[in-house]
Amino acid sequence: MKTLQRAGLALAAPVLALVVAGIITSLVLVAAGDDPAAFWETMLAWPENRSLVNIINEASVLYLSGLAAAIGFRMNLFNIGVEGQYRVATFVAAYFAAQAFLPGYLNTVATILVAMLAGAAWAGIAALLRVTRGVSEVISTIMLNAIAVSLVAYLLRKVGSREGQTIVTDTVPQSGWIPGISLFRDSVTDMYGLVFLAVLAGIGFSVLLNRTRFGFDLRATGHSESAAVASGVDVKRMVIYSMLLSGAVAGLIGMPNLFGVSHNYGSTIQTGIGFAGIAVALLGRNHPLGIAAGALIFAYLSEQANPLGILAGISPEIIAVTQGVVVLCVVIAYEVVRRYRNKLEQRAVAEALEAPGPSKEVTA
Amino acid sequence: MTVSAPESSAALVKPTAARSYRIWIYLAVLVIALSTTRIFTGADDITSSGTLRAAVIAAIPIALAGLGGLWSERAGVVNIGLEGMMILGTLGAGYFTYHYGVWVGLLGAAVFGAVGGALHALATVTFGVDHIVSGVAINIIALGVASFLAEALFTGLPGGGPTQSPSLDRPPTISVPGLSGWTESLEDKGWFLVSDLAALLNVVVSQLSLFTLVALVLIFGTGWLLWRTPFGLRLRSCGESPSAAETLGVNVYRYKFVAVTMSGALAGMGGAFLALVASSGYQNGQTGGRGYIGLAAMIFGNWRPTGLLTGSLIFGYTDAARLRSGGESVHALLLILSVALLAIAVWQLVRGARLAAVLAALVGGLGLTWYLRTDTIPGDFTQMTPYVMTLLVLALASQQLRMPAADGQRYRRGEAG
Repeated sequence: MKTLQRAGLALAAPVLALVVAGIITSLVLVAAGDDPAAFWETMLAWPENRSLVNIINEASVLYLSGLAAAIGFRMNLFNIGVEGQYRVATFVAAYFAAQAFLPGYLNTVATILVAMLAGAAWAGIAALLRVTRGVSEVISTIMLNAIAVSLVAYLLRKVGSREGQTIVTDTVPQSGWIPGISLFRDSVTDMYGLVFLAVLAGIGFSVLLNRTRFGFDLRATGHSESAAVASGVDVKRMVIYSMLLSGAVAGLIGMPNLFGVSHNYGSTIQTGIGFAGIAVALLGRNHPLGIAAGALIFAYLSEQANPLGILAGISPEIIAVTQGVVVLCVVIAYEVVRRYRNKLEQRAVAEALEAPGPSKEVTA
Repeated sequence: MTVSAPESSAALVKPTAARSYRIWIYLAVLVIALSTTRIFTGADDITSSGTLRAAVIAAIPIALAGLGGLWSERAGVVNIGLEGMMILGTLGAGYFTYHYGVWVGLLGAAVFGAVGGALHALATVTFGVDHIVSGVAINIIALGVASFLAEALFTGLPGGGPTQSPSLDRPPTISVPGLSGWTESLEDKGWFLVSDLAALLNVVVSQLSLFTLVALVLIFGTGWLLWRTPFGLRLRSCGESPSAAETLGVNVYRYKFVAVTMSGALAGMGGAFLALVASSGYQNGQTGGRGYIGLAAMIFGNWRPTGLLTGSLIFGYTDAARLRSGGESVHALLLILSVALLAIAVWQLVRGARLAAVLAALVGGLGLTWYLRTDTIPGDFTQMTPYVMTLLVLALASQQLRMPAADGQRYRRGEAG
């Protein structure tokens, strides 16, 4: 009964948030003179097979991005810089892979490691500034995002070659490509072969947080820094490690696409994944399964919004409103539920204390 | 009624005469350094009135965003959502200016920004959501709302499109008749120091946008309101020690709510400045992270109006330098920066801080080598100048700064310890 109540409360928040976000989106549509019914008809239609594949692909990438953000969030470290870390890492990785220092899949594995290192290095700048100079990581990672954009554009111009409208790096040797997995015969797109990378990262994240000393220290620091310090945690070291780790995971974001579809880094690289990852992490409460759900919801919304313009005459931009409102509502809802739960707990304690029975069992 | 939490009374101490005197020395050194560099490198644009005017125009939106941050953080709420409120401001300015003229446009931008601010206040103050989390969410929402509404509002208007408004009227400018011509001719002479000062004066007396004046009034007005009135004292007490303020009868929720809403309005006006003065209409993605830079300027300015104005001017100047003959100007600035870093290295060595000295010497030396081996800076690097400057400045300044004691902390009524 107790667990049921807990689970119900935990689910109540996201469901409530989705409903409220739906209402607000409809209101915005009405205000802009669009037809909400047409909007919902398009959004809630069962996706075509092609779209299903796209949703899985997009979700796997968002999931990695969400994990990267969540590592920091779990210890109250706000790595807003996933976007920049992902860009730098993907560029460095694409360049490295194209050099073909190693044969076949060895090259792929080495490239993935290089991407993680590059992402970690870029995040490391913010970590160093934080622990040595006390610069807030929020500001520094945002600045590093902007710097990453210019820096990568400059380097791309140096090493890339022109291909039509865009500049791209050399192509990764074919022996290292990871072929897509065909889910449906009638779908033109395949699922990323590296989708398993996201799954692995999720499992790794869960094990690291729940089964290791590092994970314990990380969560402890997030809950109460002073308590963590008192129990011997070196907070500065934790900041550096978790920031590096976060950057390393951010480095993975570009890999499924690099080895599965694009095979090079071009100026048309998908932007905004880093920021969406932050939202996804918040939506999933920084929990590995929650983030997965968040990533799927975000990917679903984005993919389903694509035909809005054609089918309903509504700008697909509206979906960004929905996504943002979902995030804001969900964090508010979690907070409300937390307060309500605290109240319930306090009441339970009070009742147990007043009751004549054995009061030692109360542990709240 | 007086609130006398120890921190806030410390913050009440007037800036001493020695401090304001020092600012003038810094300014003089800066002007002399720029002027010398101009003569030495021939990069005439680094002190031209064109660059300086562009610097002011680039600085004001940053300063207004920073001022928004100041209001919010002085009341204890970190506002990373400034960027989003600024975006809402650009949209409001675009829509209302097109239909009702620039002044209603400014007001509309403030209202749009204030809506974002009120949302942030609702989430953080009423519901106790983490401030950064709420700010990030507001940025996402604002970006979505602006691009969606822009398409709905501006498509089909003459000169407008799904991502931009029609070309809009500029706010009126004022010039002092005799002075503006005189300073201009003096500037053209290219004399050491004199021409540079003339250019500086020219910015003030010629083509000064009324919006700039409004912004300056807001900045100095904020300084007076927050540091010289009971209202300001109470507001700041909410950021220093909300539970102490509560025990003295201050309605902390209300003050925080007012401050954060005001914060949004100011950021929105910064957006209006961007849309109407810095360019000639609304465009998607116009803010380009200036809300964040404003926050950095405020931190650099030690949570004070004059400080944040100084910070904004530095960022505005680097931004302007890159836009006007960017390669050459930024190249010249690189020389100043390198020499300054080498000077810092010597000074640190004298003080005995060997590590800092070595680091400064290393970076300064690298900069100088870069300067000597090139004639210009590639466009991509000039583009990142403001952001690199922000990082550098924060890294150098951050340890002497003191933020409001309860900044960013959750507060719930009746939970005073």
